[in-house]
Amino acid sequence: MEKNNNAFDVALSLLLNLDASLFQIVALSLQVSILAVLIAAVLGFPLGAAVALWRFPGRGAMIVLLNALMGLPPVVAGLMVYLLLSRAGPLGEWGLLFTPGAMVIAQVVLVLPILAALSRQKVEELLGEYREQFISLGMSRPRMMPTLLWDARFALLTILLAGFGRASAEVGAVMMVGGNIEGVTRVMTTSIVLETGKGNLPLALGLGIVLLFLVMLINAGAYLLGELTRRRTG
Amino acid sequence: MKKMLSLLLAGVTSMGLAFNTFAEEYITLASTTSTENSGLFDAIVPKFEDATGIKVRVVAVGTGQAFEIARRGDADSLLVHDTSGEQRFIENGHASERADVMYNDFVLIGPADDPARISGTQSATEAFAAIADAEATFTSRGDDSGTNRAELRLWQNAGVDPDGDWYRELGSGMGPTLNTAAAMDAYVMSDRATWVAFGNRQNLTLLFEGDDVLFNQYGSLLLSEDKHPHLKHGLARQWHNWLISDDGQQAIAEFRVKGQQLFFPNAK
Repeated sequence: MEKNNNAFDVALSLLLNLDASLFQIVALSLQVSILAVLIAAVLGFPLGAAVALWRFPGRGAMIVLLNALMGLPPVVAGLMVYLLLSRAGPLGEWGLLFTPGAMVIAQVVLVLPILAALSRQKVEELLGEYREQFISLGMSRPRMMPTLLWDARFALLTILLAGFGRASAEVGAVMMVGGNIEGVTRVMTTSIVLETGKGNLPLALGLGIVLLFLVMLINAGAYLLGELTRRRTG
Repeated sequence: MKKMLSLLLAGVTSMGLAFNTFAEEYITLASTTSTENSGLFDAIVPKFEDATGIKVRVVAVGTGQAFEIARRGDADSLLVHDTSGEQRFIENGHASERADVMYNDFVLIGPADDPARISGTQSATEAFAAIADAEATFTSRGDDSGTNRAELRLWQNAGVDPDGDWYRELGSGMGPTLNTAAAMDAYVMSDRATWVAFGNRQNLTLLFEGDDVLFNQYGSLLLSEDKHPHLKHGLARQWHNWLISDDGQQAIAEFRVKGQQLFFPNAK
């Protein structure tokens, strides 16, 4: 058989043949990153809103910290989670190292600051607009939080996508805590590293194109969802 | 907040469980990139799984990192290629038993026009000295892997302290190092298995092979039950014993890439 040297042809044949192991890798990538982003959203959006709403000592430092952590190198997040989950570490008993669960935790660490920092900024903007109304209604801060988050939902969707982009694109953290075990913790980005290491550059680039295609599909879906609800709610 | 935390934990653990259920009995094996990148595990692990029903999850890293993973109790078994390092590992009480499994050899790779003329040399020592004399670009793994440790011993044998612009420490695995060497037209030492299976050679070719000092022994280690009582010692022993059994040794001998045998079983 003629060796295929064109990355686009490789990507196309990977997609058309619906290769079983590729399907598993893609499914795991999506599962891990989507679960990580959802967990980070459940924790990060209320955190961001709370920092926007309340005044407390050290608030400025907290904002700087959240902003700085947006740039946390994935491999550092991976190393921290590795040391935490390693048998010799404090949470070693859980036996989570080299499982998809460990990869989710590492990606939550990466995505949480992005969601919290960006939602903090958006909620603070909205609060400026709504403040007088809130005061005239005599609303307490805990009551303001859901209103503000709901009214910021389109911006939050974009922030969610930024978080998903970070999670699905990183390789350093999942490589370290997942171990790139075939059929268990191998995801798109770690396969690309592996194939590059084998010198299979067209296959590696082909996998990269498949990954890009998937991320585009998800973004297109989110865009359509946003547009539809925007139109419906006016 | 508490609710969210427990929700988070439930999500994560259910995920962990979901992925554990379809592989009820498994061991985690820390091994080297050379065995993984060549495809050896894809060939022999299924045979072991058929025979015993035990799955093997391979974490492929450099030998230095593999030792570290095992030392922390994060792997059930270890298959690496640094015999003196392995013996130290046992002396320090981290492992209880070691067995020779197989060998292959290191080869010297370089640009086809061979500016340092190493293809005509008689020994690895001469070849390394010729590269240093010519100050021809050499890419080193520089990652404390088994291959890196062997390479540094060979420079020492040649009486060379590798230093200067021509010596590039990459801190990468074998495959990435070969990719870089191909791009830089540099000399590089590789294990034969990774080289034969490597797909991006460009102008690189095999220039020197066959010296006894390039011999590369792989060993399987059983980890200390005292230090790591939580590990799956029983399953790990089955894997260890299978590797050095007639079936395991035959599986290793039958593994071929491009018609070439890459690992030679030599369990005693």
